[in-house]
Amino acid sequence: MYSITEAFKKAFVLILNLDPELLGIIFLSLKVSGLALLIATLLGLPIGAFMGMKRFPLKGIIVNILNTFMGLPPVVVGLFVYLLLSRSGPFGFMGLLYTPSAMVIAQTILAFPIVASLSNSAIIGVDPVIRQASMTLGATRSQVTIAVIKEARYGIISAVIAAFGRVMAEVGAILIVGGNIAGYTRVMTTTIALETDKGDFELALALGIILLSISLIINSTIHLIQKKGEAGINR
Amino acid sequence: MNLELTASNVYKSYNGNQVIRDCSYSFDMCDIYILTGPNGSGKSTFLRICALLENPDRGEIEYSSEQRVLKKDLELRRRITLVLPRVGVFNASVYRNISYGLAIRGIKGGDFREKVNRMIEFVGLRNKKDQNALTLSSGETQRLGIARALIIEPGILFLDEPTTSVDQANTGIIEDIILKMKEEHKTTVVVATHDKDQAKRLGDKVLMMNDGKIIPT
Ligand SMILES: Nc1ncnc2c1ncn2[C@@H]1O[C@H](COP(=O)(O)OP(=O)(O)OP(=O)(O)O)[C@@H](O)[C@H]1O
Ligand SMILES: [Mg+2]
Repeated sequence: MYSITEAFKKAFVLILNLDPELLGIIFLSLKVSGLALLIATLLGLPIGAFMGMKRFPLKGIIVNILNTFMGLPPVVVGLFVYLLLSRSGPFGFMGLLYTPSAMVIAQTILAFPIVASLSNSAIIGVDPVIRQASMTLGATRSQVTIAVIKEARYGIISAVIAAFGRVMAEVGAILIVGGNIAGYTRVMTTTIALETDKGDFELALALGIILLSISLIINSTIHLIQKKGEAGINR
Repeated sequence: MNLELTASNVYKSYNGNQVIRDCSYSFDMCDIYILTGPNGSGKSTFLRICALLENPDRGEIEYSSEQRVLKKDLELRRRITLVLPRVGVFNASVYRNISYGLAIRGIKGGDFREKVNRMIEFVGLRNKKDQNALTLSSGETQRLGIARALIIEPGILFLDEPTTSVDQANTGIIEDIILKMKEEHKTTVVVATHDKDQAKRLGDKVLMMNDGKIIPT
């Protein structure tokens, strides 16, 4: 019988010793999720901004779809990407299944609606008078857009951080498309799932502690940013 | 070079509600015009149309300089400015707000800083320079709005209720700024206001707007 205190002790030893396997797993997690986040932001921010500032047909429906996709179940995304990338799928020839690239693709799909939808809300929330003011001061169209995006900056940063939190914590999608191959596609969440299954709790606990710390950091950062965004606003 | 503005037979409606109807007026060189009239008579709408923020449904807004009619391009837009009744302060420092017009025109360097600092001084906001502009009082916010507009050295300046909800002292400061603009920079200024005395203190010409139309007084 494994004692919980024993497991915690060993977990801390792993963390304090900067165990190479542990570090490798953390590093891969950050790399996969970070890259997915970067791509999702590069796509999602312009799209969110565009939807916030322009009128076009079917806009309401698209916004609704994006909002719904914010809550996409990761396993469903995993299944979908799996079908696309598996050998018999349309992109099977690229041989991406069970690689970190497949994991990045799956997490990008998870992060994109969050970045797009939340930055869209942030931009819609900007007082319309800002747009008029920058126009009266001689801004070109793109300068007006930049001024509005700048006003929404705190909301946009929160959107990106929220998306990061979601992809860091998910396990369903990357487990399906990454395959949990040791030293290659094994990340924090999938390792926790596997090690727990095997009954080896020390590595799982060590990663759990780190994952929780990352969540804590993410949440306090969002909180701080929102505080800063509101700071000094009298109205 | 000064700008002259002629509005001829301007019409504007919102959702079938006729706000400006057959409004015509010529604003000549370097005067201060006071635009008064009851609530909802269309003053703000007319100013937005004159400042090229909105297009009229019918009629013509024409800017000219030395008898030449100007194209309504970015260059012209950059010589006209309107301070809105709600100023539209950016969530940034006073300095950043006031320098915005220069920044978007690609002006840089020592010249830039000197101009901004001079303008901050001019409207008496020196000790607020690094403060977030959203924390300013109403009077200070109006001064900020005016400074932000003046820094681009407009040929024509529209002010929409610059002293509503501003105390006497600040009103005095703002009126002095307006008078100085006319004298030193030969800027044409159009002020929409409900303050009858302000009209007397500032106005070369007092215009009355009623039911979407400027009527001679
Ligand atoms: N964007 C808009 N959409 C719909 N109606 C508008 C819009 N802008 C102005 N109006 C209407 O036009 C009318 C004139 O408004 P405007 O703001 O020009 O009046 P005003 O003379 O400036 O009034 P006040 O003295 O109260 O500032 C009002 O009835 C207003 O409801
Ligand atoms: Mg008005």
